[in-house]
Amino acid sequence: MKNWNWRLISTHAILIVGVLFMSLPVWVAFATSTHAPETILRDGLQFLPGSHFFTTYNEVLFVEGGVMKSVLGTTMLKNSLILGLGFAIGKVIISMLAAYAIVYFRFRLATPLFCVIFLTLLLPLEVRIIPSYEVLAKLGMLDTHVGLIVPLIASATGTFFFRQFFRSVPDELLEAARLDGATAWGFFIDILVPLSKTMIAAILIIMFVVGWNQYLWPLIMTTKEENYTLVIGIKQIYQILAEGGELPQYQKAFALTILATLPPVLVVLIFQNWFVKGLVESEK
Amino acid sequence: MANLALTGIRKTYPNGAVAVRGVDMTIDDGEFIVFVGPSGCGKSTLLRMVAGLESITEGSIHIGDRLINDVSPADRDVAMVFQNYALYPHMTVRGNMSYGLKNRGMPKEEINKRVNDAASLLRIGDYLDRQPNELSGGQRQRVAMGRAIVREPEVFLFDEPLSNLDAKLRVQMRIEIKRLQRRLNVTSIYVTHDQTEAMTLADRLAVINDGKIEQMGAPIELYNNPATLFVATFIGAPQMNLLPAQFDGEKLISNTLSLSGYDGLPQSQNLILGIRPDTLRTDDNGQLEMRVDLVEQHGADNLIYGAILNSENTDSEETEFCFKTGQEVMPEIDSTLRLGFDPDKTLIFDKESGDRLR
Repeated sequence: MKNWNWRLISTHAILIVGVLFMSLPVWVAFATSTHAPETILRDGLQFLPGSHFFTTYNEVLFVEGGVMKSVLGTTMLKNSLILGLGFAIGKVIISMLAAYAIVYFRFRLATPLFCVIFLTLLLPLEVRIIPSYEVLAKLGMLDTHVGLIVPLIASATGTFFFRQFFRSVPDELLEAARLDGATAWGFFIDILVPLSKTMIAAILIIMFVVGWNQYLWPLIMTTKEENYTLVIGIKQIYQILAEGGELPQYQKAFALTILATLPPVLVVLIFQNWFVKGLVESEK
Repeated sequence: MANLALTGIRKTYPNGAVAVRGVDMTIDDGEFIVFVGPSGCGKSTLLRMVAGLESITEGSIHIGDRLINDVSPADRDVAMVFQNYALYPHMTVRGNMSYGLKNRGMPKEEINKRVNDAASLLRIGDYLDRQPNELSGGQRQRVAMGRAIVREPEVFLFDEPLSNLDAKLRVQMRIEIKRLQRRLNVTSIYVTHDQTEAMTLADRLAVINDGKIEQMGAPIELYNNPATLFVATFIGAPQMNLLPAQFDGEKLISNTLSLSGYDGLPQSQNLILGIRPDTLRTDDNGQLEMRVDLVEQHGADNLIYGAILNSENTDSEETEFCFKTGQEVMPEIDSTLRLGFDPDKTLIFDKESGDRLR
């Protein structure tokens, strides 16, 4: 019994250290964001919540000039949401259609094409960022949501996941559907999409977080403040801090950081059951 | 309702494998045809060609007067029941059964009427709003049949539909399928490797081997008058006993056996004498001597397995032998039984070609 207690305590101690390691910085950021700028400047980082929560967050979210020159926190939040959702939904649609073509239409080049798609994993956005920028600039799509999202939505990982999933769907389902008079489109919409729903949910969640955290592309793409995402906002506000001049608004920088982490955390918390289901089991 | 005609059907896969090598058959309206054969013999491929799921390399398939070679599966007016049921897992039973009708643009009332009729016929009316994973194997099988029935097709195709069920359910469903087919009177093709299913269900049976039809006819006809060694061994359980034999012009000789009354056979060293296990009887004057290795008690019947004793050269391979008898015959293991049989009920085959000679 005694041994067992020791084991329990030691394992829990390790786990607790891990949890603290992960969450303490977030807590410090939050606690600091609720203090007045003078306090932070004088005493450094804060571990306990202060009294400026409403002032800070109100200014960041709703007051013009509160955080950036003109853009509101809510506008950046909206931009981030549009980017995250557009990115995730676009990726799911494109990669499902690509996987559907590769798995179910036995054209000659299906396998080589899949390899080519997979190879694009070796070419991240950073490599093609200048040509992509050039294309969008010529199309006049800089500083637009479409221009922000479309160059990002081709997804080798998504295509790979859906391809593996579609290959595990029994062939008889397709044959039964063919006998039932389903068209290619009908089979996709009526059978494959409902069967993939946990898979879709899992990929949506991952991709939402990835899209939300996009940094380099939005940074280059957006020139007007009204198109800033939260992540870009954070970058800008820290830049202002570094350049100095006025009284540094650390609490606002921290508040913006907390606001930027919140939606992905919420999405994962709320949908984690689906997420796990989609990655672990397949409904058949 | 229509008859179905297959003419010169061949199937060669792109990799050069030949699955079906020339099949001709005519199936009458309302007939229940069973394709039976060992796995890989091409029976499923043939069925799938009728369904339109495999392309036809050569030959033609007609339903009624209509050539359907290049007609899409949906427009062939055939319905198929798959081995693993292939129900749409995310749809209710009703959804599964009505999907094909919806795709054909049938009005809602008509769909509902057909689904309800089929459900009551199959006794699945209580499960219409359940999903397939909430159903037992037998119920899923019924839903799969319901999906075929609501279409009211010209031809039903069954691809080993009972092989995923346990033995008891299989017998029950077998009887139900037969009854259903009688009642609906729809031309049906049923593929199986189970010869009991084949014998009991078929109006006519096609024994398929290596992509060809070995023999086609009424089940009992195939049992009594097999055209080839393959059919003789494939139909009938336990399997027919085969003894190597030779004919010298007067007598048929196999080991210790020497039988007369086989005039007209060609003189040959390479013959096979076939004796069904149930045509044997114990007989103190019988010419066959059998050493008992194993007795299987099936209840009413006993199956006695062993080897035929070979007095002349004991080195040669012993021939496996089976004798089917009533439960009262219960010999000791390693004892010797004397068996007699009626020469008229024996079959003679040519060893090389497998053709039946008598």
